[in-house]
Amino acid sequence: MSAAEAQRPRRRVNPETTHRVAVVALWTAAVFTLAVLAGIIALVLAKGLPVLSPEFLLASPERMGREGGIFPTIVGTLLLTVVALLVATPLGVGTAIYLTEYTPAGRLARFIRFGVECLAGVPSIIFGLFGFIFFVIYLHLGWSVLSGGLTLAIMVLPTIIRTAEEAIRAVPASYREVSFGAGATAWQTVTRVVLPVALPGIMTGVVLSIGRCVGETAAVIFTAGTALRIPLTVFSPTRTMAVHFYILAREGLSMPHAYGTAAVLIITILLINMAANAIMVRFRAKVT
Amino acid sequence: MRLRETVIERSLLIASLSSVGVLALIALFVFIEGTPIIFREGVLPFLFGHRWAPTKGDFGILPMIVGSVWVTIGALVIAGPLGVACSVLLVEIAPRKVSDLMRPAIQLLAGIPSVVYGFVGIIVLVPLIRETLGGPGLSILAAAVILGTMVLPTVISISQDALEAVPNSYREGALALGLTQWQAITRVVLPAARGGIAAALVLGMGRAIGETMAVIMVVGNATGLPHSPLQPARTLTSNIALEMAYATGGHREALFATGVVLFLFIMALNTLAHLPSRRRGER
Repeated sequence: MSAAEAQRPRRRVNPETTHRVAVVALWTAAVFTLAVLAGIIALVLAKGLPVLSPEFLLASPERMGREGGIFPTIVGTLLLTVVALLVATPLGVGTAIYLTEYTPAGRLARFIRFGVECLAGVPSIIFGLFGFIFFVIYLHLGWSVLSGGLTLAIMVLPTIIRTAEEAIRAVPASYREVSFGAGATAWQTVTRVVLPVALPGIMTGVVLSIGRCVGETAAVIFTAGTALRIPLTVFSPTRTMAVHFYILAREGLSMPHAYGTAAVLIITILLINMAANAIMVRFRAKVT
Repeated sequence: MRLRETVIERSLLIASLSSVGVLALIALFVFIEGTPIIFREGVLPFLFGHRWAPTKGDFGILPMIVGSVWVTIGALVIAGPLGVACSVLLVEIAPRKVSDLMRPAIQLLAGIPSVVYGFVGIIVLVPLIRETLGGPGLSILAAAVILGTMVLPTVISISQDALEAVPNSYREGALALGLTQWQAITRVVLPAARGGIAAALVLGMGRAIGETMAVIMVVGNATGLPHSPLQPARTLTSNIALEMAYATGGHREALFATGVVLFLFIMALNTLAHLPSRRRGER
């Protein structure tokens, strides 16, 4: 009490005033942050949208990308993403099912979770180094759609595991109890009761992973290569949109084409993330 | 029936061991490729050597370590206060409708590819720094600002989670004692959430130190030891990405060795990030 009394005279500023000043400062910080981030998107779209045309999307690049379009890089991005998700989705969802339905707690689950957390923190350039030495050289896959796709699969695995685990965990326990009560086995309960309810939540993770695959550069440039031809098989080298954009911008080949590619990239990723958000909102409404 | 269930359970176990297995493989291959040269050159000369001239046999990565540390700390100085301020606003002060709108917006922004940040850095930030503060523009400062912006969404969303996990009774108790809302935030809510906020900052640091392409585009990539934030520098990540395309032999090993150092940095940060939450969980 006496300590509080002693402090009182020293405090000259009215707490109410401090509160008001602080609120204004916080709003300023938030508006500034959003403005900067929105400004980045606005700048790229403002300069990039005028470049876009059906020809830009559907033609092959000429003169290293100074002219022509970006069609092969769209195909490359698509193929790489498909390979990555075909590998990462079953592994990731399988892991999530095992962690939630088969070993809910215990040392093994903690060990696996720790591995997933660590993998999530590994920077993409390390994935690139590993993909290069392991897939490209050690497994003799060369710079290819397969090498790049597998590297991306490893990279997005933690995202898929985490979101799937959350989604499966959100399914009410009563659903499982009813299923077990009706005599179903663990796997029947998973496939017929838990997964159908958790599916939208799992989809969110998959869709977010698509976004990461599309935007990734460092992990892809050393594993899929930078070839500008349309990849015909999974063993062909290819160049993704993000890598193409990086090369255009860094080597100063063509600013308009860099802006155009960036606009396609940003629009694709915004659409993907908006879809993920929409699926998540619907899932939350369904579960709760 | 029983057999089928067992087979399924086993295959799920194998699937779930895949991430641990892959992590081990990554460590194994990067270390096998990178450590021999560290020991051949000597750990100390490699880590603290000032000269990086791989074609002439000089493999000192001190300038890159210093560059990475500067850039990461700079990013944290920018993203830390702004990110925590935003999350406090979104959780404690902004009306429900505003935060419901801003939350997905920030999530969307988290998806912008890093190359786009780097590009905007070249177009807007680098000339701005060159004209107002001097120097070449391509600099540690530019990289720190770009990285700070990039990790903002991460910092915001994780510290938001931490603030939301603080029970409402804490706030009600503080307000009932006659504190203003700001006092309640600074003296009750933030201290209660400090573990989570610290984790947000450390994870943000992890993202900043590991980022590659955006940094390459704005940091200037000079191999000398930087003495001022306005000078160009090179980070561990950009060192790898810049020279990987043409490196062979000992040079390539030295790049993998740079990866080893980066890997150790990241693992240390990750362990740090998970310490507070684990302690909280046990309490």
